[in-house]
Amino acid sequence: MLEWMVQFAVSFLATVAFAVLFHVPRKEYVFSGLTGAVGWVCYLAAVQAGWGVVTASFLAALVLTVLCRVFAVARKTPITIFLICGIFPLVPGAGIYYTAYYFIMGQNTAAADKGIETLKIAVAISLGILLVFSLPQRLVNLLALRPQKEKKRGSR
Amino acid sequence: MKEDGKKVLELTVSVGEILLKNGAEIFRVQETMERIARAYRTENFHVYVISNGLFASVDEDGRVHSTEVRHVPLSAPHLGRVAALNQLSREIEAGSCPLEEAFARLEEVKHLPYSPPALQALACAVGSACFSFLFGGGLLDSAAALVSGFVLQLFLFAAGRYRLSKMVTNILASALVTLCGFLLLQAGLGRQMDKIIIGSIIPLVPGMALTTSIRDFFNGDYVSGAIRLIDALLIGACIALGVGAVLKMCSLLGFSVGVA
Repeated sequence: MLEWMVQFAVSFLATVAFAVLFHVPRKEYVFSGLTGAVGWVCYLAAVQAGWGVVTASFLAALVLTVLCRVFAVARKTPITIFLICGIFPLVPGAGIYYTAYYFIMGQNTAAADKGIETLKIAVAISLGILLVFSLPQRLVNLLALRPQKEKKRGSR
Repeated sequence: MKEDGKKVLELTVSVGEILLKNGAEIFRVQETMERIARAYRTENFHVYVISNGLFASVDEDGRVHSTEVRHVPLSAPHLGRVAALNQLSREIEAGSCPLEEAFARLEEVKHLPYSPPALQALACAVGSACFSFLFGGGLLDSAAALVSGFVLQLFLFAAGRYRLSKMVTNILASALVTLCGFLLLQAGLGRQMDKIIIGSIIPLVPGMALTTSIRDFFNGDYVSGAIRLIDALLIGACIALGVGAVLKMCSLLGFSVGVA
């Protein structure tokens, strides 16, 4: 339990750091941080359940994007602000590193493996985001506990 | 309220340009511009937006005004400005913001400050350290990533000042953090070189380009989506190149750079 809390806290902090780098308005820091932390914890849970990093990235991207859409409605702010920061823990930085490492070390098979995995993760994240964007706005408003009065405002 | 067409065009194009520069996706840029034009009762307002340029025209009493704006691809995104313009466009649409006031507000948005450099450097350092930890590094590895993240941001400031191209910046920056991680490890700070370096390349990773690309594709803006996707892939390749070059150099010099 403690370990999960530490992971949550650290990924929260990491995402807020990126919110600072992208000059997100101060009052949205906490919400950006939450999206990143929730996404990361989902990813970890899926990996520990043995579902593999690609599926885990997909699931985490799903949950993360739903949260971003809800925050976008609740905070009346473009979703970009939450999504761009929150996605960072999932983006395959480690994949890029290991691909480069094996490539340079002449371990071509391992390099190809890692390279393909990195691309797969990128595709999985994309699919997750796309799927959630296809959800109807009405459903998201419902999740954000906001009655439908304006037509499609603050949605994207 | 009916307003002077030329003025409205000026306003919408400036709004669109700022949105595009600071990380908004094509759909948002286009829609915001159209909403503003509609709110000021402009007839026949047309706009076309792609990742690195926008075109708009408006008819007024049979005369056609048109302008074209290109944006500079290399600029640090400022999401605060995107949020502020979103707010402004809502107010314009609600009719509570006359044209003169809209121009004044636009000036304000243009001058919304960036986070202070010291805070940015701190954020980059802390972000690197956190990611190093999340990817399985120990506390010492995180401490090393903290240092190289700080160095990274200093380099990015310098690269911005000397207007280095995006690709060169990414190659040099990732080479620098790799070298940094290696030196720190040799100096006794940290245990796993891979964790240190992964943590400190995360600020360079094209998360934003990837996200925006996906969303452009989703909205049917394939050209812009493809531009951003190429951007994301190229940045990724540049990072790999920078990291790889330094790792190779270290191993040729006889140091162990193995994956723990």
